Amino acid sequence: MADYHSMWESLGMDVKTHDLLCEALPGAFGDVYLSQENRPESMDYFNLVVAEIHGLRPAELVEHKKNGGKVVGTFCIHVPDEIPVSAGAIATGLCSGSQFWVPGGEKKLPAATCPLIKASLGARFDRTCPFFRLADMFVGENTCDGKKKAWEILSEDAEMYIMDIPQMKRPEDYAHWNEEIHGYLKKCEELTGNKVTPANLRAAIKLLNLKRKALQRLASFRKLENIPISGKDVLLITQIAFYDDPARITNQINKLCDELEERAKNNVSVFPKGTKRILLTGTPLSIPNWKLHHIIETLGGAVVCEEMCTGVRYYEKCVDESGSTIDEMISHLTERYMGAIHCACFTPNHERIDDIKRLAEEYKADGVIDVNLKFCGIYDIEGYFVERELNKAGIPVLGVETDYTDNDVEQLKTRIGAFLEMLGN
Amino acid sequence: MLYVGIDIGSTAAKAVLIDESKTRILTRILMPSGWNSRETAESILNQILSEGYSRDEMRITATGYGRVSVPYADNTLTEITCHGKGAAFLGGDNLTVIDIGGQDTKVIFLVNGRVIDFVMNDKCSAGTGKFLEVMANRMGLTLQEFFSFAERGRDIKISSMCTVFAESEIVSLMGIGTPREDIACGAVGSVVSKVASLVSRKNSHSNGKFFLTGGFCDSAFIIKKLSEGLNVEVQTAPDARYAGAIGAALLGK
Repeated sequence: MADYHSMWESLGMDVKTHDLLCEALPGAFGDVYLSQENRPESMDYFNLVVAEIHGLRPAELVEHKKNGGKVVGTFCIHVPDEIPVSAGAIATGLCSGSQFWVPGGEKKLPAATCPLIKASLGARFDRTCPFFRLADMFVGENTCDGKKKAWEILSEDAEMYIMDIPQMKRPEDYAHWNEEIHGYLKKCEELTGNKVTPANLRAAIKLLNLKRKALQRLASFRKLENIPISGKDVLLITQIAFYDDPARITNQINKLCDELEERAKNNVSVFPKGTKRILLTGTPLSIPNWKLHHIIETLGGAVVCEEMCTGVRYYEKCVDESGSTIDEMISHLTERYMGAIHCACFTPNHERIDDIKRLAEEYKADGVIDVNLKFCGIYDIEGYFVERELNKAGIPVLGVETDYTDNDVEQLKTRIGAFLEMLGN
Repeated sequence: MLYVGIDIGSTAAKAVLIDESKTRILTRILMPSGWNSRETAESILNQILSEGYSRDEMRITATGYGRVSVPYADNTLTEITCHGKGAAFLGGDNLTVIDIGGQDTKVIFLVNGRVIDFVMNDKCSAGTGKFLEVMANRMGLTLQEFFSFAERGRDIKISSMCTVFAESEIVSLMGIGTPREDIACGAVGSVVSKVASLVSRKNSHSNGKFFLTGGFCDSAFIIKKLSEGLNVEVQTAPDARYAGAIGAALLGK
């Protein structure tokens, strides 16, 4: 790995503590990823990006800022990247997926807060994430009580912009979200000093739709009987898509898909025949949270789909490209960013259950695992309907609750192992 | 070919040797899991060999938390699959199996001998054998004494959410002079209510026939309390503590 220490220092990071993370990551990545057999060659690009996750892309952001550009950090897939991109800013995901940052978050937050929120705050306050140092503005949203209150604490140290996501999907709620996106556009224009033109916004919509289409194309290979790529690898690519340059990752995903097409022609599978196919649903899995995929796939299952924010909710539907005025395009963004995402923050949310059933069929899942990050109340409670409706539909389902630590791995192995055995008998 | 099932749980290790026709249990072994699962596994094998069987004529399947520490096993399976199979052998093909283990409590739904669903306690040991062990220790009683105290006690309410909290609850109860009999009875009640809540989460699967496996199968008091808590006669069998090992042996190929 190249040496990024001077960049990290200039970003005001706690380099010594951050080094601990840098030391741990290659081992973990090696165990989970590089140990896989028969990986597609085009995974090399994504391996490189992970190996240099806190170097390569941050260096590009530093360069962008040197030229007067701005960086906007976001936490949630309800917040449209098209807006900052159309204003000439770079939108990026933020660190939130490792236990490494959790103790830092617990200095400010109750222990009974979800690990994703704790990790986010820890990464910022402990100064151990370059993306959290680089962003000029952080866009929070009130999708749950934990986030809503955590942003207040975060705002003591960071420039926060909060978007008010409605919790129902009535016409007046769409109208409200439409206004919020208009407000976000104005905010991004202020931040960058650039006026957004219809051409800019149309270009941004096209750019990000291309990324979605590439991810959709990638997902389509998981519907095959012979699956040419592991679930773990697709998860990794999805996670990287939150950080990487959109045009570049689109190309890289398409390049990988060309290779997968060849594999598909030759019926190449990375899994043995008869491997049980698992659909994951529930709370997000941010990088480097590969825990469940790793457990499932080392126990002899295959993850074929994630009905998650780090999954189909992120890429399944494209934004309508037919708008010509800013207003029209924002209406289309509203449709996509509210209407097409079925987060448990909405009530009621039966579209999510419909999605799980539809996806289970499309991806020929043998069973569904409903994953809940500890202390995520909304997904935990919604699990009641997930389980009941899947039971009714005759789809086996297992609910598991976990966090970022490794101390429940053996218990998870027993539950997931038993579930796979049950599907096999 | 003979079939051996080895179930190394968090507290006790169980093993059985089953005949070629998979109908008769020839040998039963029960020992504490001890500090080292690997050593425990070794001494189980030695004991079987010392009875005159040879390794070549046996198919060995390991289960339980220590299943990964049985290097000589031909196969490993989770304890859910094995308890289901063992319970079907002992109690019939259509059952709701309750296993109160050392660190896990599980409810397994069997239809025509197949596991169709299961539910386990979450990470905390509340509602498990460990919970009762912690409570007995806290009151200076062996588990045997603990149950005979409980039988004489009055049912009081003790939390079933968290073992550590329940332990401090017990300290407070002892502090205000609550008789140990009542505390013991309350602790058993807490386990029973945990089991009942697990069962009720998947109630639609149950055909009303319940079968208890695991180390508490010979505790008449637990069975009585469970039957009261679930409002149904809970069945068990003398070999039910070996259910996991029996299932493992039967699943050997």
